Amino acid sequence: MAALLPLIILCPLAVAVILLLSRGTMPARATCGLVGVGMGLCALFGVIEAVTFLNGPDSTGALHVVLWHWIHVGGFDTSFALTLDRLSLVMMLVVSCIGFLILVYACSYMRDDPDIARFFVYMNLFVASMLLLVLSSDMIAVYFGWEGVGVCSYLLIGFWYHETPNANAARKAFVVTRIGDALFLVALLLLATGVGSLDFNAVIQAAPHAPHAAITLATLLLLGGAVAKSAQLPLQTWLPDAMAGPTPVSALIHAATMVTAGVYLIARLHAVFLLTPGVMLLCAVIGFVTILFAAGSALVQTDIKRVLAYSTMSQLGYMYMALGCGAWQGAMFHLVTHAFFKALLFMAAGSIILRVHHEQDIFKMGGLRQEMPGVFWAFIAGSAALAGLPLITAGYFSKEMILTSAYNVAPLFWLGGILGAFLTSIYIFRCVFITFWGEARTHAHGRTGIVQAVPLAILGVLAIIGGWMEVPDSLGSVHIFSNLLSPVLGELPEEHGGAVLLLIGSIVPLIGVSLAWMLWKPTGRAPEALDQPLVRVLRADWGFDALYDVVFVRPYLALGRLNRNDFIDRLYDLLASVTQFFGRAFGLMQTGQVRRYAAWIAVGTVLALCLAV
Amino acid sequence: MNPGDPIAAIAIASILFVIGLLGVMVRRNLLFMLISVEIMLNAAALAFIAAGARWHAADGQVMFLMIIAYAAAEAAVGLAIVLRMHAAGRGTLDADTGNRLKG
Repeated sequence: MAALLPLIILCPLAVAVILLLSRGTMPARATCGLVGVGMGLCALFGVIEAVTFLNGPDSTGALHVVLWHWIHVGGFDTSFALTLDRLSLVMMLVVSCIGFLILVYACSYMRDDPDIARFFVYMNLFVASMLLLVLSSDMIAVYFGWEGVGVCSYLLIGFWYHETPNANAARKAFVVTRIGDALFLVALLLLATGVGSLDFNAVIQAAPHAPHAAITLATLLLLGGAVAKSAQLPLQTWLPDAMAGPTPVSALIHAATMVTAGVYLIARLHAVFLLTPGVMLLCAVIGFVTILFAAGSALVQTDIKRVLAYSTMSQLGYMYMALGCGAWQGAMFHLVTHAFFKALLFMAAGSIILRVHHEQDIFKMGGLRQEMPGVFWAFIAGSAALAGLPLITAGYFSKEMILTSAYNVAPLFWLGGILGAFLTSIYIFRCVFITFWGEARTHAHGRTGIVQAVPLAILGVLAIIGGWMEVPDSLGSVHIFSNLLSPVLGELPEEHGGAVLLLIGSIVPLIGVSLAWMLWKPTGRAPEALDQPLVRVLRADWGFDALYDVVFVRPYLALGRLNRNDFIDRLYDLLASVTQFFGRAFGLMQTGQVRRYAAWIAVGTVLALCLAV
Repeated sequence: MNPGDPIAAIAIASILFVIGLLGVMVRRNLLFMLISVEIMLNAAALAFIAAGARWHAADGQVMFLMIIAYAAAEAAVGLAIVLRMHAAGRGTLDADTGNRLKG
């Protein structure tokens, strides 16, 4: 079914182009219909393609579709080609199916926005870029998709650009991820000059023969690009601010898909990363630090979306730790379950926000359990999966898979992961208890419509049962997911100390939830946000924003002010004024009087004659 | 002074040329300036004749004929300009009033 593969990308792209050309004249209902059909086809084609590929003769290999030869310069050769193997298949299904659910949800969420067409142009463009990113077999096209998702992220964070903070947040996200994009581009150029091709297979085959220093540098730069895209330390500051965008955007881009692009890229190039243990260690350390950093920050946030943003950062930290430990399957599995439950949490949060008059402060909500039971259960399902409550949630299995692998590499990583899981269960259930229990501090109006409820329900079910496709040996040994990916990512390594680790991993979230209940159970009086200096620092990103402000932003602005008159421009101005001066001087000779001219001619002739003689 | 002496002819030509040049530079009346230019042209022509006589070459006389043609053309154009200026309503022949092209 090679013909379907390009269509998966073309469907959302076509919708984006049609909406773009309609210039917002299409009524909201028709827009939503078009988006539903386009994304529905995209998801349908994705599923058909996946099924036929897995039942096909070459289900462990890869399906290559060369669309056209793109660049052919000197020794460098690039085709615009798509590749479907089991890794990109997983990503493609996540992007198309969860993307479909989120866009359906967004139809209801954005129904009353006058700019709904513009919104869906960006969203569909995003889905198309993301699909290009995961499906293309050449890193130049990956870079193309990588930039495409970055631009769409920028446009969507600043979707309500009439308010300055939103526009600033969009700019911040763009600039910070741009740092990573630059590193990624340098890595690509290194590989292109070293290997002569940016095809994934060519790079993976050439890497062992390349000089070690060059490969180390390239992987380091790739890691830098991935880190910026995934909001890991130290380039994490953009993600909390990115919550300024509409909530479906946060669900699609800043939870389920774009931020995991880096994880996918590293998993795709895992054979190259295996050559550089130092870079892998760095990757694991970055993940390790980010888990704890972001969990600590999430503990004290008051804005429901910022809690979720920090939790996304923290969960991505798990994936990076898994990548660093060589647990490629674990990282991909957590990527998938995280896409389920984090998209669910964001969409549930969006439904809450819609019904409480765009209030996002959890301390101003309270007691919403009775008013919106459906959303409550969806949020509970997502929170349970995020906290990794044992056995019944998807997050438990994926997190345990990562923690077990981490333990086998370094017990310290496992300890950090467990501590992160503990903090995760506290902060997300703090959010649950404050939002849904206790006195009602706000009144929810309206109802959550069926169009929002269905995606919530589907993702809610997936967040619960999605984990059962990979169950560790001690609990029943189901390995659907790792068997799916093992042709690409290699066999799952032998586990050690499984049962004890699982037990600890099961108890810790329960302790966390109990602790959260003790701290934030309804007491009859309204809970208040802590306001101590330490908490303020934690809430403000551990002071990273302030630090970057002092270290980078202000010196840069000062330089800008200093150079307001552009000293290089002054040189050219000098040239202009010298020319002007001589022009004026010679202009004085042009008196307009013929007699004078005749006199000058005479003088000149006499002088010339004198010189000649 | 021997009329056939080329030195004398060159001297007369030089004097005539300087008179013409001074006339162009000093007179403001356009007609007088044209006349001065004619004098300069004839001075040059005289120098050619003298040189041709000195070296017994026909080139000097050829040049003289050409200069006559130049002078005729110059007079025609110059007078036409003067007439046009009159027709355009200019009430004076003062060359210094035509200085609108000054830098």
